Formats: sequence, C-alpha cells, structure tokens
Amino acid sequence: MYLTVNGHTTYCYTSGKAFDAAKPTVVFIHGVLNDHSVWILQTRYFAHHGWNVLAPDLPGHCKSAGEAPQSVEEAAAFITALLDALGVQKAALVGHSFGSLIALALAGSAPGRVSQLVMVGTAVPMKVSPALLELSLNQPLKAIDMVNVFSHSMLAPPPSSLGPGTWLYGSSRALMKRVLASDPAGRIFHTGFKACNDYSGGEAAMERAACEVLFILGSNDQMTTPRAAQSIVSKAKRGKVVTLEAGHSLMLEAPEGVLFAMKDFLRP
Amino acid sequence: MPGYSDPGFDTLALHAGAAPDPATGARAVPIHLTTSFVFESSDHAASLFNLERAGHVYSRISNPTNAVLEQRVSALEGGIGAIATASGQAALHLSIATLMGAGSHIVASTALYGGSQNLLHYTLRRFGIDTTFVKPGDIAGWRAAVRPNTKLFFGETVGNPGLDVLDIAAVSGIAHDAGVPLLVDSTLTSPWLIKPLDHGADLVYHSATKFLSGHGTVIGGIVVDGGSFDWEKSGKFAELTEAYDGFHNMVFSEESTVGAFLLRARREGLRDFGACMSPHTAWLILQGIETLPLRMARHMSNTEKVVDFLASHPFVSRVGHPLLESHPSHALARQLLPRGAGSVFSFDLKGSRAQGKAFVESLKVFSHLANVGDCRSLVIHPASTTHFRMTDEALLDAGITQGTIRLSIGLEDPDDLIDDLKRALKAAEKAGA
Repeated sequence: MYLTVNGHTTYCYTSGKAFDAAKPTVVFIHGVLNDHSVWILQTRYFAHHGWNVLAPDLPGHCKSAGEAPQSVEEAAAFITALLDALGVQKAALVGHSFGSLIALALAGSAPGRVSQLVMVGTAVPMKVSPALLELSLNQPLKAIDMVNVFSHSMLAPPPSSLGPGTWLYGSSRALMKRVLASDPAGRIFHTGFKACNDYSGGEAAMERAACEVLFILGSNDQMTTPRAAQSIVSKAKRGKVVTLEAGHSLMLEAPEGVLFAMKDFLRP
Repeated sequence: MPGYSDPGFDTLALHAGAAPDPATGARAVPIHLTTSFVFESSDHAASLFNLERAGHVYSRISNPTNAVLEQRVSALEGGIGAIATASGQAALHLSIATLMGAGSHIVASTALYGGSQNLLHYTLRRFGIDTTFVKPGDIAGWRAAVRPNTKLFFGETVGNPGLDVLDIAAVSGIAHDAGVPLLVDSTLTSPWLIKPLDHGADLVYHSATKFLSGHGTVIGGIVVDGGSFDWEKSGKFAELTEAYDGFHNMVFSEESTVGAFLLRARREGLRDFGACMSPHTAWLILQGIETLPLRMARHMSNTEKVVDFLASHPFVSRVGHPLLESHPSHALARQLLPRGAGSVFSFDLKGSRAQGKAFVESLKVFSHLANVGDCRSLVIHPASTTHFRMTDEALLDAGITQGTIRLSIGLEDPDDLIDDLKRALKAAEKAGA
C-alpha cells in the first residue's frame, strides 16, 4: 500500500492485506541498496498467519519518495513516523544489516513501542572499509559487484525468493542496480553505507531497549561476521542467537531457517 | 565457496545450482523422477501454494533437478532465474504468453528460425497477437515498427539463415525507448559466445536441444530473466503490475521488484499451458553444460578451419559466416562475438538442386538430418528438404539457392571434416557433368 509519511509518498508491502488494527504488527526493515522484496517469503508468511506486515521501501528507495535517510537515527525516526501514520502504538521490528541498526535505534529511543526485536545479519559497530565507502560513491556498480560477492556464500542455494530456479547472485545484483537507479543522484549506496559506518549509538540503544532480542546470524557471513556481532549480543539483556549456514543474504540463502527462527520467537 | 570475485564461467558451468546431495552424498546431480513432493503438514502445504515458503509441489511447476538447470543457465547468462520448458518453442511461447494477450503487437527480426517465424506469422495471429517483421540490421525499421500496442521486441543473436548479427545494444535501446523489453534467442551462440543480457537484452532463451545439451539426445528449452526491465515504469504490463485474480490476487511486481516476469511465468504459464521439462531431460542438458566451454572452443576452432577451406574452394560460390570480411555482419560479429559467431552456417555450391542432393548424399562423416548444435557434424540441403515446397523465386527471397547447404560443425578431427567435404564437393561437381 501507499501512504504518506513525513510528507512523502511511501510504499509499504503488506502482502495485499488491508491494515487491521486488531492484529499485532511486525515491521520488516531492509538493508542498504535493498527494498521490501528481500523479505518476500517471510513477509508473505506472517501476513497470512495473523499479523499485519509492514515492509516499507525506505525513503528514496524504489517505490518510496523522499531523500534517503542520512543516518540510522533519521531512518529510525522514519519508522516511528510510519507507525504513527497507521496508528500503531507497538510493533515487533525485524531488520537486516542496516535495517537491524535502524530497528535497534528505535528500540533504544522508544522502548515502549517495540515489542520484540529481530536483528538479521548484524554487527555493532557496523564499520565499512574506507575503500568500499569510496567505491560506493565513485564507482557504485563496481561496489555492487564486490558487495554482491561478499553477501553470498553458496553456488547452490535452496529454492528462494522467486521459488525454485532463482539464481541469487543475479537477483541480488539486479535489485541493487534497480535501487541505485531509483536515486537520480546515484548517492544512495554511499549514503546507506556511511550511515552504517557512522552509527555509534548501538550499544547504548541496546542497553535502553526493554524487549527480547533475536539475533539471526550467518556462519559464512563476510559482511557482518558472527564474531563482529558478539559485542552487541552480549549487551542484550534477553537475547537469543540462531546461527544459520548462510552468508549475509540470510533471508535469501536460508529462507526456511530465518522463517523458523522468527516463527519460534515472534509472539502476537 | 565463492572467493572475492564472481566465479568464472567454467566453474559455474560445473557447479552453479548443484552441491553434494545432503541426503545421500551423491556428487552428481540426482534425477528426481517424481511427480509430487510430500508436504510436512497442512500448514506447509498451504504455505507452498501461497508462496509463503519456497519449495516443490508438483513437477509441472518445479522440480529439484530442473531447478539446478535453471540456476545454472541463469548463472551462465548473468540472469536472476530461469524456467526450463519442454522445448525452445515452449520457452518462446511462455515468454510471449506471460507478457501479452490478444490485441498486442510484437516487433521481430526477419532472420528467425522457421519455427519461430511460423509461431509469430501464423499461429499467434490466430490468437490476436500481430507481428511486424524488420530486417535485423534495419535500425530505423525497428523504431518505425513500434505501435501503441507493442509489447515486445524479438530477435536472434545470429539470425537464421544468413547469420545476421543482432545489434543488441541498438535494438534494446529502441525497445526501451518504447517501454518494452527485448527478448533474444541465443540458441546458436550459447552463453559461451555471448551473454545478451550484458548487452541490453531483458530476456534470453535457448533451445537447449542444441549447444547446451550438445549431444543431440533431448528436446528442451529455457528462458532466463535478466531482472533489468522495469515493468512498473513501463506502464504497459498490467499482467505483471496489477492484481491477478488467477493467482491469489497477487501483484507480481510488488512481490518482487526484479522478478515479476518469472513469478507469473511459472505460476500461470507452467501451471496452465503445462509445457514443462522432464527431470531426465534436465539432467541430460546439465551433463552437456558441464563441458560447454570445452565443446564451444572446439566448435569454434573446427568452424574456422572448415570456413577457410570452403571459402577457397572453386566449386563454392559463397560462404555465409561472419568470420569472413565479405559477410555483412563481420564487423559487428568481431565486436559482439569475439570468440566466434557460431558453428552453424550455410554455403552455396555452384550447382543445381540435384548437385546439392548429390553433395549431401556423398558425405560420410556429416550426418544428414534436421538439427544443429550436436557434437557430431550435421548437414542439410534446404532446397530438397526443409524448403522443398518453395519455388525457385521464393527460395531466393529467403536467401536460399538451389545449391545452398547448411552445416553444423561438430567436434570431430577437423582434417576428417575437410576430407569429407572435399570428397562430397567432387561428387557434386561430377553430378553436374
């Protein structure tokens, strides 16, 4: 569905379902140079199993208008505004990579509005190498190729986002190119990476967060290694870790494992 | 496990889509000859039908062996995914039927495989889909042929029968200006010679019967989506961008930003038209693809030797291969197809229809049959076989003379191929005496 958030037209995937105030809500937040469609399987499942699903395209990404968020905090404020626009007082948040930082920041700044938190493919701090930061600005297509390789760990993934026969290297690359093209200035990649790199409030946010936290990590993740997640895992007061045999694109390389972990964790 | 750059072509040809079988440890791809797959529970069944979980339900829609083939060809073409079909013609039909219905229009190259030409010129017209044919090199003609109801541009990487090379970048540019995708048949080139998606095509398909399989054993097809065409921005494809009553009111372009075509093609096209591939066929094509790089290199080197031989033979009036400077697509082929423009080409004997027949009947190594892209060398004489009903005038219009011979160069010792041709050319000359 389309709605207006902060004065901008915002696309929010709901699996074709109308928002129902009587149902619990779960928000899925995508990562850098991605959009709502990276959650295609998990969002459909929850939308058809008793939940309101809100999977927005972040501002400036694909179907959503506006400027791409310059910081994690700005993106978290956007999610808050999205919840406000729909009158949602409290929701479960699921975020991948950059999206996990956004969800964490919101859980820290407004603990009363987050019922549960799922951080997929995460690390705090989420440092990006200077070379990759520079490449994402000046040679974004080359940076896409590099990030795409770092984000995948297998040449024989299971049936995934488009069903059997999906080639994830290709589909992830095509999506990143599409998102890049949605920003006429071509800076959206760099903006996202810089926001990740600059975010320093993660540990404090986790200390303020009141909810249970599920970490879903990829044992072969080269972007946010399980080791890099240990610091934030240790700060979670009620944290649970599920490690899956996958790379950074966990939702695509291990769609069933991610779904099962979330099914076990998320409660209406 | 991938390293710090994309795996290379030869690695993907062996490994993309396949890992040791977790249940048995089998290293080769297992053949899953089963119609159906047991559900874990009612909820699992419902989730599979509603695309909440990815998996196999029924082998008309998907199958684990076919999925390996689909991933592998996608990887080799640089696509996002693929759908294996019963034949190359089924892949073409599936592509068209997914994108349009009655009242739509296609702009297509004149240089097409006969079966494709028949489908567009006769069969689809019966179903209300009209086609305008344009010579592949007539760039202005492609643009002029666009109508408000145009939904697709279509051509072959190297067109039948003259091996006209399609300027994919130029033609796709015009297609995109018109808000429609370019579909390319890359059967005669295979991804080893050219990846059309890299040059601007949006969809690519193969008759996998030919070089992908490579051994003349099975009929199959496959269509690959590049994921680059923006169906919503185009505004011409309600089939992909509006709720579809026939599948849970799904809006395919909302479900997947880059994969709407594949979602609908599998959920509607395979489900309803049913032109699926047998898993056994998929396995045989996979066997072929494992050696595709090696075979294509040999196809190209043998072709070069045979073309050189024929071009200098006094009883040959024309050799239609872009390797030769005299070919109209020579320069474009060097640019787009640096490894070669394929091993299927025609040449003209200086002789009658009877001499053409004599030539074919004198060959010992080349097999006289109606196929191309086999590991064995093949030959056919169009005037006495595929085009035998046509008048001399109609043949000339199609670029075929009484002495036109089509060859598909295989993997034999090149000296044996040349000896065979030499002997047959002599016999043809004698037949005219």
